[in-house]
Amino acid sequence: MNPFLLWFHKIGSPPTFYRIAGRIAPWCLGIGFVLGAIALYGGLVVAPRDYQQGDAYRIIFVHVPCAWMSLFAYGFMAVNAFIALVWRIKLSEILAMASAPIGAAFTFITLVTGSLWGKPMWGTYWTWDARLTSELVLLFLYFGVIGLYYAIDDRRKAARAAAFLALIGIVNVPIVHFSVNWWNTLHQGSTVRLLGPSKISGDMVWPLLTMALATHIWFFASVLARSRVGLLELDSGKDWARDIALADAPRDTVTAHG
Amino acid sequence: MADFFAMGGYGAYIWVSYAVFLIVLAIDAIAPRLGRKRVLAEIRGKLKRQQTRKTP
Repeated sequence: MNPFLLWFHKIGSPPTFYRIAGRIAPWCLGIGFVLGAIALYGGLVVAPRDYQQGDAYRIIFVHVPCAWMSLFAYGFMAVNAFIALVWRIKLSEILAMASAPIGAAFTFITLVTGSLWGKPMWGTYWTWDARLTSELVLLFLYFGVIGLYYAIDDRRKAARAAAFLALIGIVNVPIVHFSVNWWNTLHQGSTVRLLGPSKISGDMVWPLLTMALATHIWFFASVLARSRVGLLELDSGKDWARDIALADAPRDTVTAHG
Repeated sequence: MADFFAMGGYGAYIWVSYAVFLIVLAIDAIAPRLGRKRVLAEIRGKLKRQQTRKTP
């Protein structure tokens, strides 16, 4: 076996991944938190008022990064779902299922903050605009994946069934992304672009991009923490999980065991 | 300071948005910690039951 594959198998083994993830996750959480705090300060205090929307536009600093994350989390889930279905790698099943609730959380924030932005700017909390509707469908897809995963008792079969649903649902991701171009409705087009100049001033864009970075790092902190729990649950009969459970026991239970 | 919280009249929309963002992410951070505690307690419970079965 070549060294890369060997390394891959080692990382992918539950006890090793559990240990490494446990070391990385707190750092991700801390860095995500600090970057997020800087971005909040930048967005709420440093960034100037918008000439058209006044202060209301400041919702962008939570709305847009969360919207990006709602798609990113789905992509991450779908890639892992694909690997789980094709190669039946346990860790990929766990990673795919760990990202579903985080994606759902970001999608929920996107919808709520979007509607709170819509009220003062469009005059309505909700409209069946293409972008809003496809984002709502995205939330339901996340709920479907989570629900299916918990509806089946066998954890591995459940993960594969939910992974299949996650893969089918990926058709919605480009619909969300391109909806503002395909249908000319209420929601505005993209302001920040990877290719070509963004349509936003510099002191507004840095808090936005910092928050985007913070939410990505936060996502990985959460995925790692959740997949650790998933691995413990899946391997609850194995020695490595039992050792961790016993080491974690409150003092009195350990002595009771002798 | 009052000016800052008023946000040019959009204060309510902005602060509720940011509160939702912070609360949902706080729940997201706490959930796996509670889950870990629950799973570890379940494993210990299973081990205990097995032990009492072996030594009646």
